[in-house]
Amino acid sequence: MSYILIIGAKSDIAKATAREYAKHGYDLYLAARNAGELEEFANDVTVRTQRTVKIVELDILDYKSHQAFYEQLAEKPLGVISAVGYLGDQEKAQTDFDEAKLIMDSNYTGVVSLLNIIAKDFEHRRSGFMVGISSVAGDRGRKSNYIYGSAKAALTAYLSGLRNRLHDAQVYVLTVKPGFVATKMTEGMDLPEKLTAQPEEVAEAVYKAQQKGKNVLYTKWMWRWVMLIIKMIPEWKFKGMSI
Amino acid sequence: MSLMSWGMYPKIKNAVYQYDNEKILSQIIKEHNELIPYGNGRSYGDSALSSNIINVKPHDYFIDFDEESGLLHVQAGVLLSEILESFVPRGWFLKVTPGTKLITVGGAIASDVHGKNHHVEGCFSECVKEFNIMLSESESVTCSNETTPELFRATCGGNGLTGVILDAKIYLKKINSKYLNQTTIKTKNLKETFQAFEKYLDKPYSVAWIDCLAKGDKIGKCLLMVGDFRDDGKLDYKKKSQISIPFNFPSFALNNWSVRAFNWLYYGKVKERVSKQRVDIDTFFYPLDAIGHWNRIYGKNGFTQYQFILPKEHSFQGLEEILKEISDSGKGSFLAVLKLYGKANENYLSFPLEGYSLALDFKIEKGLFDLLDRLDEIVVKYNGRIYLTKDVRVSKEVFEKGYPYINTFRQFRKENKMDTKFQSLQSKRVGI
Repeated sequence: MSYILIIGAKSDIAKATAREYAKHGYDLYLAARNAGELEEFANDVTVRTQRTVKIVELDILDYKSHQAFYEQLAEKPLGVISAVGYLGDQEKAQTDFDEAKLIMDSNYTGVVSLLNIIAKDFEHRRSGFMVGISSVAGDRGRKSNYIYGSAKAALTAYLSGLRNRLHDAQVYVLTVKPGFVATKMTEGMDLPEKLTAQPEEVAEAVYKAQQKGKNVLYTKWMWRWVMLIIKMIPEWKFKGMSI
Repeated sequence: MSLMSWGMYPKIKNAVYQYDNEKILSQIIKEHNELIPYGNGRSYGDSALSSNIINVKPHDYFIDFDEESGLLHVQAGVLLSEILESFVPRGWFLKVTPGTKLITVGGAIASDVHGKNHHVEGCFSECVKEFNIMLSESESVTCSNETTPELFRATCGGNGLTGVILDAKIYLKKINSKYLNQTTIKTKNLKETFQAFEKYLDKPYSVAWIDCLAKGDKIGKCLLMVGDFRDDGKLDYKKKSQISIPFNFPSFALNNWSVRAFNWLYYGKVKERVSKQRVDIDTFFYPLDAIGHWNRIYGKNGFTQYQFILPKEHSFQGLEEILKEISDSGKGSFLAVLKLYGKANENYLSFPLEGYSLALDFKIEKGLFDLLDRLDEIVVKYNGRIYLTKDVRVSKEVFEKGYPYINTFRQFRKENKMDTKFQSLQSKRVGI
């Protein structure tokens, strides 16, 4: 059967996306650190959908292990979805470089390391798709989360370049920019209801956009316009604002 | 973040507790009082509202399914809609389902919900083999009607007042189509409506929509819809996209005239006395689920559903009086749903008993509770009872007259030290 590889599979968006793809008949590789904790979830997906779900150990920060990680997958995946993300603590990251580096490496460096390897294989096979979950936070740096935002901005640029490079090989790359999503990452934050998506909504939107071969997806859709407005604010004005 | 119920009334402040595992949950229970489990927030009134709420919905894993017996094991936060999405295509359906699929399995047990086939299959608890529940003593136990009948009877229909249901094993039933053959019978008055219910008693599913603004000799006119699953092998059931009400309607949008117009259109579109249709599961069982946030139609002040049941021998007289009272008041209700129920079960607080039940939606406005108090008097007079899952205002006196096992329930809670741990606004009001 056809496998989809989901990396960072413990996140709420990843789980909802896993269920969505399994529902549409795909088998799954779920990759994460301490992947054993995903056993109950993998069973959930199997009981729901009768698909095969395999759990694979992956440390996104252990770059040297990535080649071996990909090689061990007996059947290579049809597509890969990266839901790796670490919000971190912005204030701490401003003074503690270890925290800043962890945010950058988790959201960017580690993903690049692994996706480079997979991109090479997909390009060689001239098939496959890649989905990267970035963030609207990468569209413009704001004081409340610019370390995270800058890493996501880098990821967005990386995915854009990857899409350009792989176009001729017919490998499709989708950049996903979720706005607010009701997940563990945002638990306790007071999010505006109309702008906040449920993980299931994000998953459905990702599946549809990927199947249609779209390039950039904002969820919810209005975030495309929210971010357009935010990006249009002139820098002299923006620097004094708190948004 | 404060949680509301489906009726959006009352709006209170509450603390919401999440748990990752049983240990954390038992700690939460140990440290707090006035706790109540909360599923998908679809009960109408205040049965799942309290100052401390335990959020069960995130616990939504499917655990096991046995193809032979149709026994499904899921965590309590799984929605009925998720079960349908996975299992209708494989030829399985819920044995008992209420009029919305957007409730959790835990909530279905706690309300001991029932559906259009109550006269055949009974309440939801009839398909529950067993469940695990975290009690006030902070230990989880396995409960079934055979091994722990008291706990089972207190929990099914107990509105979360015995503890937090963690997971459950429920039986599904085989179907061979996602379609049903529906027969719609148009009646002219209450007498005809009753006759039609009796005539179609052999149909597994039945429910009537009743025009409660009709006056005089038209009181009780209805559209009775009965049905049964087809056998055509068409099982390609998929989640449908839904439209959603984006904001609260202004509260004047629903008034006597708009409801009258709706009822006239709804009743008038059916021309023949008896007609037949082929409808799918969602149209037949869950018509309102197609509209997201339909509760916003009633405006920001919220709404309530008044659902009562009267024993069969008094149903006709009682309903006539109640419908007249509503019609005279001019307070509109879009949805007045009438159904003939089968026999009561042994659960202490389950709502159904053999007789006719009517459910009516009303927006919260001045004078409404006075009207409902008057309806209560008629319900009590005819030995009827009120459905806790819908209720937000019934008095202790009225409530307890309807439920003969109420003291058994109170005693059970007290003995097991549940009475101070688990409380809702409702449980305090009606003294359970």
